[in-house]
Amino acid sequence: MYKLLLCQRYLRTRFIALASIISVMLGVATMIVVNSVMAGFATEMRTRIHGILADIVIESGTLDGAFNAERHMQKIEEVAGEHIAAMSPTVEIYGMLSFQYVGEWFHKPVTIIGIDPVSKSKVSDLSQHLMNYQTVKSKSGNVERAALRMLDQVPDWELEPEFREHRRMRAQQRRMLHLDEAGDESGPFGPTAAPKNATPELVDAEAKPKDNGDAGLPDAPASDNADDLLNALDAHQIAKQSDDPEVDPADPLSARVYLGAGLVSFLYEERESKEVRMQYMVQPGDDVKLSTVTAGRPPDAIHFNATAVDVFKSGMSEYDGNLVFMNLDQLQVLRGMYDPSSGQIDPKTGKVDPATCARAFTTIQIRLKDYRHARTVVERLKGAFPPGLYSVRTWEEKQGPLLEAVAVESAILNVLLFLIIAVAGFGILAIFFMIVVEKTRDIGILKALGASSNGIASIFLTYGLGLGLVGSCVGTVAGLVFVWNINTIEKWLSWLTGIEVFNDRIYYFQEIPTHIEPMMVFWVALGAMSIAVLASVLPARRAARLHPVQALRYE
Amino acid sequence: MLERNAGLEKTMEPRESVSLLSAPLLARLPPVEGRPHLAAVAVEKAYRKGEHRIPVLRGVNASVSKGEFVSIVGQSGSGKSTLLHLLGLLDGPDTGEVRLYGKRIDDLPASARDELRNRTFGFIFQFYHLLPELSVIENVLSPLMIRYSTLAYWRKKRELQAQAKALLERVGLGHRLTHKPSELSGGEMQRAAIARALVGQPEILLADEPTGNLDAATGREIMTLLKELNAQTALTIIMVTHDEGVAAQADRTIRLAEGRLETLGEAA
Repeated sequence: MYKLLLCQRYLRTRFIALASIISVMLGVATMIVVNSVMAGFATEMRTRIHGILADIVIESGTLDGAFNAERHMQKIEEVAGEHIAAMSPTVEIYGMLSFQYVGEWFHKPVTIIGIDPVSKSKVSDLSQHLMNYQTVKSKSGNVERAALRMLDQVPDWELEPEFREHRRMRAQQRRMLHLDEAGDESGPFGPTAAPKNATPELVDAEAKPKDNGDAGLPDAPASDNADDLLNALDAHQIAKQSDDPEVDPADPLSARVYLGAGLVSFLYEERESKEVRMQYMVQPGDDVKLSTVTAGRPPDAIHFNATAVDVFKSGMSEYDGNLVFMNLDQLQVLRGMYDPSSGQIDPKTGKVDPATCARAFTTIQIRLKDYRHARTVVERLKGAFPPGLYSVRTWEEKQGPLLEAVAVESAILNVLLFLIIAVAGFGILAIFFMIVVEKTRDIGILKALGASSNGIASIFLTYGLGLGLVGSCVGTVAGLVFVWNINTIEKWLSWLTGIEVFNDRIYYFQEIPTHIEPMMVFWVALGAMSIAVLASVLPARRAARLHPVQALRYE
Repeated sequence: MLERNAGLEKTMEPRESVSLLSAPLLARLPPVEGRPHLAAVAVEKAYRKGEHRIPVLRGVNASVSKGEFVSIVGQSGSGKSTLLHLLGLLDGPDTGEVRLYGKRIDDLPASARDELRNRTFGFIFQFYHLLPELSVIENVLSPLMIRYSTLAYWRKKRELQAQAKALLERVGLGHRLTHKPSELSGGEMQRAAIARALVGQPEILLADEPTGNLDAATGREIMTLLKELNAQTALTIIMVTHDEGVAAQADRTIRLAEGRLETLGEAA
């Protein structure tokens, strides 16, 4: 009892102890803040990466891809079906994006990913990253544009009415200015596919390769197909220029894309408001040019026009500045990734209809029911798919070096920050020795009154625990409050110092992301407390060993 | 060892039920006829100062009977405080024994000696030695806080506080309960220290120069209080002093010089 009472009195009356409380508090608060912010960045990054990559990807070894996605998926289902929630075959290929802005042509290297939006959105959070699904807000929080689609709506390749209108206007402008005649290919070419049909169907009769005699192997040069397609496009352009009343200029081309926001936008600062805004060089409804290679040996270059349907913004600059999502069937046809021998002959044209052909894919993306089973699933899939021809990886392995770097960074930072608390521990050690010396006589009295050595030691241990407890509690609260209000604090600091502390141009975030892990907070608080107790062990031992007679000497 | 502990337990029978200062304190102790209450037998003690061994006590025999008021006098350095410390188990003798009712107590394990200091002995010091952080009543309660575990203390808190309050009223500090020691005069502090020494209902009160730091009038008051306690409750009191006048108020005086007994005062 006397221990608690004395501890409480010492805590209340010794202002020097306050110094050690403050140092413990600062250490704890700093650790919590830094860890939360780092975890926030890491979590944000991971969700963003994870949102684009699926849990597990099986990639075919060649860019030509492998045929028969259904059979592959069946095999996957057989091997690890109980863990798999969804699968989506895709085609990934390098390419070049070209578009015109203020009279200049811009060319950017990209990765074109052919996706089926329905299955892809089951595999990863596609719609979350599409701008049509997002409410556009200014930094002050005003809604500039409401979301055009609800998040539960499955993404498709339809052009929103707003952008159809934009497209129609563009077409009219161009016709009036005769820009088309000037050979500006970035303008709308008019629809290539059955214009009234809004579903993203395969290349229609006009765009279909005329050559059905080329019913060879899929690795036979498919460039003919693409050339034919372009010819068809050109033919259609002419048709449109002749003011074909059947064609609605607002209809998008049959090749449609979601463009990465980083590819077609730039940030600028508004002069008056100093607000950082994003300017898009290409809007949904505009056409862009894509160049890539066909499947086959040797690969041939192809280029084609595609209508941007939406803009894709994940927040990972690596993706936003690199990815172009395209409708899978169109990409497969354009790249010649189909097997004409398996197709049916279109009775109208007498050619093989690519719509009926077996298609090749390069990647199957898999979402698991529970990501914890990723390792077993990967092991099983590796057994089922020969390693030379396929690579099976989790998304973490695909992004391994980046994630590892972040983990190492945060571990080092934690060690350094824990040293702060250790320094606070040495402060406690020094202060406690002082207090023991100061309290020598009181210790003698307590011993004379019958207090045991252990009792005396426990006064100081409890005192240390008390300091640690108060320090880490206050520190935890301070840290959490700081984390919860970090964006307000950031704004305030920016205003105070005139330097933008958190520049959203650099970080791609509107605000500082934070993520508080309860276990982290618990361990930090516990660590601080145990350091405080450890630091009081030596002074406590010294106090316990004091001889009562020596302690009571008057002089 | 076992036997000794058994004897110790006998002396430490629960005594919470006995109301304070009313019944004779010694009545509940096992009567050991013919044995002195507390005795030092041929105790020697030397302190080390660097390389030098300074003998302080060179074989002292002294004993105190139940209810006796004994004073120890001697010049500075005569070893009188050391003798008191040895008797009160604050220190152990180099050779010789300290006996309580004839049972050796100086070689008991530390926990048993702590217990004896808490229950059997009460100490008062020249400089009062109250804990500055605690109020007067908390100071008085501190031996009881040490005696009982936190839980037991909380359970008896009311009762113990009443005890401490009664005792403080008895020594004339009823109006100073929540004051800090720094707010009291010397005499008041010594009264508070006496109350603290008595709250654990000890059998023996060891006083080290209790009046040494007080003016004559206050010193007399304290002496009166001690004599009253001795008379009313048959409390054994051993008092160290260098003041012959104060020493004369005791029943018997033990004189020390150069670490040896000088003369025996007349027996009580």
